[in-house]
Amino acid sequence: MFAYEFMTNAFAAAGIVAVVSGLVGYFLVMRGQTFAGHALSHIGFAGATGAGLIGLAPLWGLLAFTMAAGITMGALGERLSNRDVVIGVVLALALGFGLLFLHYYTSFATQATALLFGNVLAVDHTMIATLAALGVITIIALAAIMRPLIFASLQPELAEAKGVPLRFVSMAFLAIVALAVSECAQIVGVLLVFTLMVGPPAAAQRVTTGLWSGLLVSATLALAEAWLGLTMAFYTDWPVSFCIAVLSAFGYFACLAAPQGSHARVHA
Amino acid sequence: MSIVTLEHATLRVGGRDVLSDVSFAIEAGEFIGVLGPNGAGKTTLMRAILGLISPSDGSMNVFGSEPERGNPAIGYLPQLRTVLPDLRVCGRDFIASSLNGERWGLPSLSRQDRIAIEATLEAVGAKELAGRPLSEMSGGERQRLLLAQALIGHPKLLLLDEPLISLDARHQEVAIDVIRRVCRERKITVLFSAHELNQLLGTLDRVLYLGNGQAVLGTVDEVVTAPVLSRLYGTEIHVVRASGHIFVMAHGRDVERTDHLHDHHDHGHAHGHQHQN
Repeated sequence: MFAYEFMTNAFAAAGIVAVVSGLVGYFLVMRGQTFAGHALSHIGFAGATGAGLIGLAPLWGLLAFTMAAGITMGALGERLSNRDVVIGVVLALALGFGLLFLHYYTSFATQATALLFGNVLAVDHTMIATLAALGVITIIALAAIMRPLIFASLQPELAEAKGVPLRFVSMAFLAIVALAVSECAQIVGVLLVFTLMVGPPAAAQRVTTGLWSGLLVSATLALAEAWLGLTMAFYTDWPVSFCIAVLSAFGYFACLAAPQGSHARVHA
Repeated sequence: MSIVTLEHATLRVGGRDVLSDVSFAIEAGEFIGVLGPNGAGKTTLMRAILGLISPSDGSMNVFGSEPERGNPAIGYLPQLRTVLPDLRVCGRDFIASSLNGERWGLPSLSRQDRIAIEATLEAVGAKELAGRPLSEMSGGERQRLLLAQALIGHPKLLLLDEPLISLDARHQEVAIDVIRRVCRERKITVLFSAHELNQLLGTLDRVLYLGNGQAVLGTVDEVVTAPVLSRLYGTEIHVVRASGHIFVMAHGRDVERTDHLHDHHDHGHAHGHQHQN
């Protein structure tokens, strides 16, 4: 399997993205903002197809649109950005625009599938380097705001009283999510970012109640699911994203069914 | 020494004067019951003490100076919000998040922080509780945990916003007992907002009754009277005393009780918002 360069490339890219997604996704689930993450990826689709229209690489369009949307959602305040209806309408609109851009750039159509469902087997060295750089930026940014982010997520009223700038934290976090979504979409596509950003962290929160142990389990699960998915795809010839999606769902439901007695935790 | 003083203060939220031209002074060590109908300004007053709202008119002093955000001498227990069903963070980590939670960077706890957490859990009898995830706690257990958290750092002033809400009668008694014991031991000044006066009768030193943009501070006998409450509620109020209980009635209905029902309704709305988060 590793004799093929496209497979080693895919393992490297999927590995980087899985760890980033597992870590960022943990906070997305903790804050109950998974739907917002989903919306960001759809908005990113419009960005990616739009970038194709003006001759740019899809990743940059994806990044530009998700970052702008994430910061806007954060700025509008918790109340608004968490409203299902608003998010639903905006994400449908974004997909519509994505379709419009595709319509005017028809030769781009083959890449539409890649955008929607990912194309990790086509990743080259430049892309790996880009993903690694973005991954490092994402994790550093997350580490920088982690403490107030946790406080603001768990106890917003108290955090506000203690001087945490809630709006800034919310904006910064959604910008970080936008980064992670953009990376994640390169591997599993915009429609399946949940497989790495929500499945593993949600499963992790079922098996552990500690913060550090949760982050560790989440990142490890994401990594395991991504790599196992690649292996499964290699031997079955099924699409990679399908394999990862299956493993992600399986991981979550297995943890849901697991006995709740284990309250293993690590001190924060 | 006065801990909280308002002089002709007006507190405005969203273009509405919630409290207007209000003056009173709360003395050190007092246990104050904050009462009044919904929207009378109980939460607004606490947020002003915390420095989150400044008076648009008049002046306000906390510990002798203008209120400022993040004052470590104030412990705060916000009105209970529904915890996300997926929130499986254990109690200890939940409390830990509040320690220096405003600092940037990675979360970390010093040895003193850990000792402080264990000590405060011990004080309110929540040690065993703290290992369990929040989503599995009852309302009473969560309230106990939040009280433990509010007491970290030995605050001199404790703001408790509706700590009895969503607790059944037995757990309300227990909660009041714990709060009274700890606060008397530590000589903490307490502002305790509630819907029901009767449960607090044996505990409170004075009542701060809010309503109609006004505030009246005094003993129960001074404040809970028909003329004063009629003014605060803006309608004719009868105060009925029977076997050590006080009933505040408007048009033959118990004001506190109907208020309470109404509040549960509000709480239901809060639920909805939470689930959408």
